[in-house]
Amino acid sequence: MNLIPAFDAHKVLVAPWTESLASYGWVVLMGIGVGIACGLIGNYLILRRMALMGDAISHSILPGIAGAFLVSRSRSTWVMFLGALVAGILTSFIIELIHRRSRVKQDAAIGVAFSTLFAVGVIMIAVFADRVDLDQDCVLYGEIGFVSLEPSVEWLGLKWGPASILRMGVVCLGLILAISLFYKELLVSSFDPGLSRVIGIRSDWVHHALTAVLSLVIVSAFEAVGAILVIAMLILPGASASLLTHRLPSRLLISVLHAIASSVLGMHLAVWLDCSIASAMVLSGAFLFVLAWCRFWIVNRSSSGRWESRVEEVSGGQA
Amino acid sequence: MISLRMDAGVVRSHLRRWIWLVPLMMLLGGSISTLQAAKVGDLGELNLKRQAIRFLSFKDPAVRHAVLGSALIGISCGLFGCFLVVRKMALTGDVLSHAVLPGVALGFLWNLSKTPPYPILIGATLAGLLGIATVRLLLNTTRLKEDSVLGIVLTVFFTFGVCLLTMIQRLPTGSKSGIDKFLFGQAAAISSADLWMMGVIAVLAVAVVSVLFKELLATSFDAVYARTIGLPTRWVEGAFILLLAMGIVVALQAVGVVLVSAMLITPAAAAYLLTDRLNRMLWLSALFGVMAGVLGAFCSFLGNNLPTGPFMVLAASSVFACAFLFAPKHGVVTRWWRHRSSTVRIRMENTLKSFYHVLEARRFEGDGVSVLELATRRRETLDEIRGRLKELVDHELVTTEDDRGVAFLTPSGWKKACSIVRNHRLWELYLNHAAQVPADHVHDEAEKIEHVLGEDAVRELEKKLSYARVDPHGRLIPDLAQIQKGLPTPSETGRVTGYGR
Repeated sequence: MNLIPAFDAHKVLVAPWTESLASYGWVVLMGIGVGIACGLIGNYLILRRMALMGDAISHSILPGIAGAFLVSRSRSTWVMFLGALVAGILTSFIIELIHRRSRVKQDAAIGVAFSTLFAVGVIMIAVFADRVDLDQDCVLYGEIGFVSLEPSVEWLGLKWGPASILRMGVVCLGLILAISLFYKELLVSSFDPGLSRVIGIRSDWVHHALTAVLSLVIVSAFEAVGAILVIAMLILPGASASLLTHRLPSRLLISVLHAIASSVLGMHLAVWLDCSIASAMVLSGAFLFVLAWCRFWIVNRSSSGRWESRVEEVSGGQA
Repeated sequence: MISLRMDAGVVRSHLRRWIWLVPLMMLLGGSISTLQAAKVGDLGELNLKRQAIRFLSFKDPAVRHAVLGSALIGISCGLFGCFLVVRKMALTGDVLSHAVLPGVALGFLWNLSKTPPYPILIGATLAGLLGIATVRLLLNTTRLKEDSVLGIVLTVFFTFGVCLLTMIQRLPTGSKSGIDKFLFGQAAAISSADLWMMGVIAVLAVAVVSVLFKELLATSFDAVYARTIGLPTRWVEGAFILLLAMGIVVALQAVGVVLVSAMLITPAAAAYLLTDRLNRMLWLSALFGVMAGVLGAFCSFLGNNLPTGPFMVLAASSVFACAFLFAPKHGVVTRWWRHRSSTVRIRMENTLKSFYHVLEARRFEGDGVSVLELATRRRETLDEIRGRLKELVDHELVTTEDDRGVAFLTPSGWKKACSIVRNHRLWELYLNHAAQVPADHVHDEAEKIEHVLGEDAVRELEKKLSYARVDPHGRLIPDLAQIQKGLPTPSETGRVTGYGR
């Protein structure tokens, strides 16, 4: 039984960057794109305690995607995006409905809503297996390795690369642009909803906009990393960054670095272990998170009182 | 000696209380052992009708396994889920169910087969407990919020499991081992050994919940109180998590890793909407769990080996949706309906009250009340008053003469009008006398309370106020005798009026 293959330094460390760069290069690039987009928005999810909203939406866009397949009978990006967006917004609506209109608490409401929608999606895929071009297992952990098999998009006589990577790149750039444009609004409404109301920022609009953008990011990452791994992509970079620094700009930067590092490390790990590439990337990200955790623990162990005083200082300054 | 005898007595009474568990266990054991080993994979291409008949006839051992297994899972998941829901730990169940995956994969690697299932059971339970321990550790040592921590542990453990699964499927024996069935569940693949474990866990769940009911109740609803009276809350909690992990692990085969948390949460959440008592909630939740399990197994069987988990979840969610909409006390539709009917009732009572006021203003003389008088009194338009009168006519509280635009109270309408006014004035008097509220401040309060005072409360009020006849504004309070007789108040002139026909 050779579950863990022998470590071949050339095959694992060198070959992906030399002879098989054509395939692994795209995979790493896709991983970086997914990681950056998810990591950036993940920071805000963590700040606003919406991490489990990401969990819920990533599960429940499945019926949207499967429904879009059934309607359009193709992998048309726009229809898929529309389906997923509708499903994502529907989820947050259902959660709010159950939570507000009955005595079921929010955690149970999230659990009921996303599991129902996810179940609908899985059944649609299983029943219409001949018409929906999605694999049940890929729904869970994606197939990032397939991006290198996609045909290159030609535009202006140049080969630009696989369509899904271009799409991810556009989403990334759009997200960076949106964050820099609405930096102040996001900052204020995430840290101090009271102040944001006073200065005229509708935090419920920010919430809905964030939900919509989250659905967009998740749907563009869906084929690569699936419904469950995308949650790790969303939370891990931001969580690691929040263990290392207080300042939001540094957190955003660290989460981008985390995404790049975990993508590269994960590719090497997957080549070595011959396992699912996306899950290897997440495991590398988890490794980096554990490193950040250790650093946090060591720093705070030596001065356990300091942290509390700094919390008071910061919150006192905000109030 | 005395204490010893008392102890024996306590033990005997405990034994008497839980003796019924013994025949239950024997019955369960007997029913499992009579089932023959299932042949999986012989569910060929059959049409829906034949599959349905095959399912409902229970002749097929695979069907019996699937049904019995799903029902057992429904019981244990339903019972455990109740405590998750009332303790707001629903997402802990979600984490636990995802975190068991690496344990499943490692347990499978133990002897590269799903049978016997014990290595998988042990590995998965340990992995789940490790996941929960990691959550606790992260919460205690970092400043990360609970939602982030749950998300991280859930996905990282799950990812590790996926990594191992993809590596196992690369092995020569791995691809046909059926271990991928753990992701979405396949009730038709339940073996006798699986069934035994499900039975043991279900019996254990029932036994623990019934024996430790008080302890679990106290720790779930008021942990501080439970500690105060000396309950070992940490032990109770630890034992609960251990049992929960085992319950999740045995359910994996039928429901799958991804959706087992829904089997925990959804039936319990539905039961939570239907009752306020934990013991009833446990019964209902177990019942819903069994319904969902068996329905899910049936649907998956109909569709030729479709994954079972999603169907079970959908069945449970439909039960939840029904409870959410139509629960007698907390349902959205029922509450809306109740609110609407109480609005209608209050509106009718207000109109009746104006009848009384109009009649009172002219000392109960004259013949009927005109629409115009009512409109002036209620400060509403004539059309609105006509609408109100129509409602009252439908309830036979009022009769109208449309050509003259006049309305008359029926005997029951009169009684109702009197009792509303009586409620109002008694309450005003009570506020004024007993609560020392100034007379010019009591009206608005009385406007609200007059519609909800019951007959007993009114008697009590009268007694407290020593059967006073006059309210703080100096007006007569209609007394019980008049109302009961159904006669209009005799005015000073002695003429009887107010209602006719």
